[in-house]
Amino acid sequence: MSRAQRFVSWNEQRFGSAKGVRWLLRYVFPDHWSFLLGEVALYAFIVLVITGIFLALFYQPSDTHMIYHGSYTLLDGQQISEAYHSVLNLSLTVPAGLLMRQTHHWAADVFLAAIVLHVMRVFFTGAFRKPRDVNWFVGLTMLMLAIFEGFAGYSLGDDLMSGMGLAIAYSVAMSVPLIGAQLAHLLWDGSFPGGSDFLPRLEIAHALLIPAALAGLISVHLALIMRQHHSQFPGRGRKESNVVGTPMWPGYALRSIGLLLAVAGILFLLGGLVQINPIWQWGPYEPYLSTNGAQPDWYIGWLIGALRLMPNFEPTIAGHTPIPNPFWGGVAFPGVVFTILFFWPAAERRFSGDRRRHDLLDRPRDKPQRTALGAALLSWVVLIFAVGAADRVSFRLNISYAAQIHVWRVGVWVVPVVVYLLSLSAARALQRSGAHPLRGSPRVRLRRRPSGEFELVDAGSPSPEIHERSGGHGERRCERTTE
Amino acid sequence: MSTTARTVLAVATVFVLLCATASAKTSAGAALYDLDCASCHGQTLAGRSGMGPSLRGVGAGPVDFYLSTGRMPLQDPRDEPTRSPPLLNARQRSAVTSFISSFGGPPAPSADPQAGNLSAGQHLFTSDCAGCHQVVARGGLTVGADVPDLRAPSARQIAEAVRMGPYLMPRFGPRQLSQRQLDSLVRYVLWTRRPDNAGGWSIDNLGPIPEGIIAWLLGMAVLALIARLIGERTDA
Amino acid sequence: MRELLLRLLTGWAALKALRPQRSARQPDPATTMEQRLGSSHRAESIVAGLLGLAAVCAFAFTAVYAAGANTQLLGLALGLALLLAAAAAIVAGKAVVRQETAVQERDQLESADATEHVLEITHSGGEGISRRTLLIGAGTAAGAALVTAAATPVASLGPRLDRIHATPWRRGVRLVDDQGRPYSAQQIEIGSFYTALPEGGDTEDLGAGIVVLKLPPELLQLPAGRRGWAPQGILAFSKICTHAACAVSLYRYPTSEQTSAEPALTCPCHYSTFLPGQGGKVAFGPAGRPLPQLPLQIARDGSLRAAGGFDQDIGPSWWDVHRV
Repeated sequence: MSRAQRFVSWNEQRFGSAKGVRWLLRYVFPDHWSFLLGEVALYAFIVLVITGIFLALFYQPSDTHMIYHGSYTLLDGQQISEAYHSVLNLSLTVPAGLLMRQTHHWAADVFLAAIVLHVMRVFFTGAFRKPRDVNWFVGLTMLMLAIFEGFAGYSLGDDLMSGMGLAIAYSVAMSVPLIGAQLAHLLWDGSFPGGSDFLPRLEIAHALLIPAALAGLISVHLALIMRQHHSQFPGRGRKESNVVGTPMWPGYALRSIGLLLAVAGILFLLGGLVQINPIWQWGPYEPYLSTNGAQPDWYIGWLIGALRLMPNFEPTIAGHTPIPNPFWGGVAFPGVVFTILFFWPAAERRFSGDRRRHDLLDRPRDKPQRTALGAALLSWVVLIFAVGAADRVSFRLNISYAAQIHVWRVGVWVVPVVVYLLSLSAARALQRSGAHPLRGSPRVRLRRRPSGEFELVDAGSPSPEIHERSGGHGERRCERTTE
Repeated sequence: MSTTARTVLAVATVFVLLCATASAKTSAGAALYDLDCASCHGQTLAGRSGMGPSLRGVGAGPVDFYLSTGRMPLQDPRDEPTRSPPLLNARQRSAVTSFISSFGGPPAPSADPQAGNLSAGQHLFTSDCAGCHQVVARGGLTVGADVPDLRAPSARQIAEAVRMGPYLMPRFGPRQLSQRQLDSLVRYVLWTRRPDNAGGWSIDNLGPIPEGIIAWLLGMAVLALIARLIGERTDA
Repeated sequence: MRELLLRLLTGWAALKALRPQRSARQPDPATTMEQRLGSSHRAESIVAGLLGLAAVCAFAFTAVYAAGANTQLLGLALGLALLLAAAAAIVAGKAVVRQETAVQERDQLESADATEHVLEITHSGGEGISRRTLLIGAGTAAGAALVTAAATPVASLGPRLDRIHATPWRRGVRLVDDQGRPYSAQQIEIGSFYTALPEGGDTEDLGAGIVVLKLPPELLQLPAGRRGWAPQGILAFSKICTHAACAVSLYRYPTSEQTSAEPALTCPCHYSTFLPGQGGKVAFGPAGRPLPQLPLQIARDGSLRAAGGFDQDIGPSWWDVHRV
């Protein structure tokens, strides 16, 4: 027996796994690059777990203060917390510690970027429809968890930036109507900056609870995908009832391993070469210290924009402050965005009357209303995100900050309407012309029948030029293009 | 002539010459003042309402700061003075400075960064300056003015700015910040020009905004291209 | 060239021809639509070369680690090793191994039979029970009580609500700097700003940090009822923004009236701007409450002391925040 035979039969005798393995090896992945965005997120998560384990072995969740007398002269003699000290040591004295820390941080930024792009892909192609609506909810939940996870990680360092971020998070928690104070004091173990239990709680949330939840949800996400199979774009031989593409073994496995290695490679390159969150330059945090230009990581930026944009509206009713100001930007705004996303599949079913199962994807133009509303929502969020950096715009381009804020307080409501109307007409125009939005060349596919005449397979506007390409299946596929 | 007499004569000559030089300098300064400053600050340095403040008794520090950083003269008194190439050369500046400081005021402040303590400077900068100038002195914003990046000014200009508080900046007098503390502060600001970028490319030491740009443009965009390369596009 | 190297094989028949026949096998979960054997010596050499380079870089990582562990070299070595291995895997996946496009039928998921059967089985489990409602009621009660019991220890986490944002400022507490040196009134100059802490107080306390500044009489327009809070024009405010608890550490004080904006304190997080001359009134930004003012007094020895507590709650607002 060959080694492979022995291995397979060893398993078979114990687990009866060959049937399942056979199914897995023959599992078909549809070919489209946008399907890999979710995989990028998955692989970034793997990098996060591996680097995170390394970091956890050095981190000290303690707010006990000490006087620093280490190798880093900039902070010599200053009062810092043990948590900050441990991150300082990890960064500046532990061999490869800084590489791990920076790679971890870049991986978090890329993890969130990949999730956001993946969610956009799923939204604009209608991949959230039945039977994938549950996986859409799972995915959105993971996005929310990932945002919390990233924020918690950023906050562990107890440096100036993370302290300021926590102060804002605390204020947002306090602003929740009625129960805000209870909630914030429960999480922080007392008033800000919190009791001695706060950092250990934050560490457990960041290093155990949220990652475990994410890992569980990732498993559910993948299991559901495999049970329902991937969705696919329409195309040759592709039907609602099948999936056409590359089987897992060997082609897809190698491609996917390649992607995993590429994600890890890019992240370690960034981690080694581009500095991120140099906490040794920020210095330690005290509640009475702050710095200009303090910002959260990019995926929290939309909330900062909303907090900054909000007018100073904070009414009182009968001696109470029902809605403290940070609630609008910190809770209501993301709440509205996620509520829209969570209810979208149901709303679309309701308004389109289409309750069928869909395994073939739409092109964005195929559903102009969905595309236009999605683009409007996206522009709203992106604009508010950009306003979060208006102070830097002011600094670089010399445009008055106050003027920008006043303009955008109106602009964030006007621009999405404009975006909606433009996307709607763009989608309809593309639908009519059949053009590719970027390449612009409408393609027509003709098939030649055995009798010799041509048959239209895929419609578009007719054009004079015909390229012939040799194809399989004993038939000749012809492609017309207008250049 | 006796040796004593000769000495007295020599000293007297030097004294007269010095005075002459000084007064020549002062009168050159007065001429430059009339040309470049008087339209806003007034012929008598008393200031003009709605144009420019009085310069009597400000001393040499502010004059040197504003002229050597090119913030003065200002085209329009309502403009925010920003750093630009100085209009006057060093000799002219020193002439105007001695003219204005001849109306009284403290001597020009200076700082000796070598005498300062880096860690103390970092701490002082964080508590007194970082709110506006950013913790690694990359500049920022306050409502009403842009706050300059501190990589351009010299040690002397930093010391002058701290002591007088140009434009909207508060000032920090000797009763708040000792000369030793000023030295430390300046030492830290000079350090921020080349901070310890152990992590690699500093992306301007600004934190999350450039980091987010890199994460998207170098991280996500490259990975999307790789994904594009791996995943064949459908022939839709 | 490529045409020669890539042999195009099509159809199920072609695949079958490659394999030994077996009779009683279950059908392949996926059906081959088209496939080609794509390998070439060149592609295989490229993969081998990439893997070799990856090995060199990975080895270099260990070497760099041993030689002082420079972060940039470590990242470069490991990143390149991984990217080279990635390139090898991708080239192998696309140009060495068999390229196959296959069709897989989807499971239609719904089965009316099974659905019905599940319902039957479920119902049959309850057959013969006479007091169904009683049992369901008791079960629900026990379940709810157990869940409550399991969740009860969460209460140990808090909240500790006894003193929300209580501050250490009382009448007579001296103002000191962060080195513990007391501030004297005569030290405070117009146009400067000072961060002060309560003598002996916990500096970690949210309410500990205050801003001290001095304004000329013409800029002082404090609200009625705060007469005497600013001896010699010296004012103190909580340093914690009433919007989102960042330290209000921007102070603008114009050199001359031409730069007409009046003196203001600004928070760098969301640019809430407060006017100290008007008792901390909000001039710009999202803050919904003025900056809390601390009344001051000058002791006989000239030192600055608090003349009482804050006029309202410091820090961010909440449902029951005390405001003025």
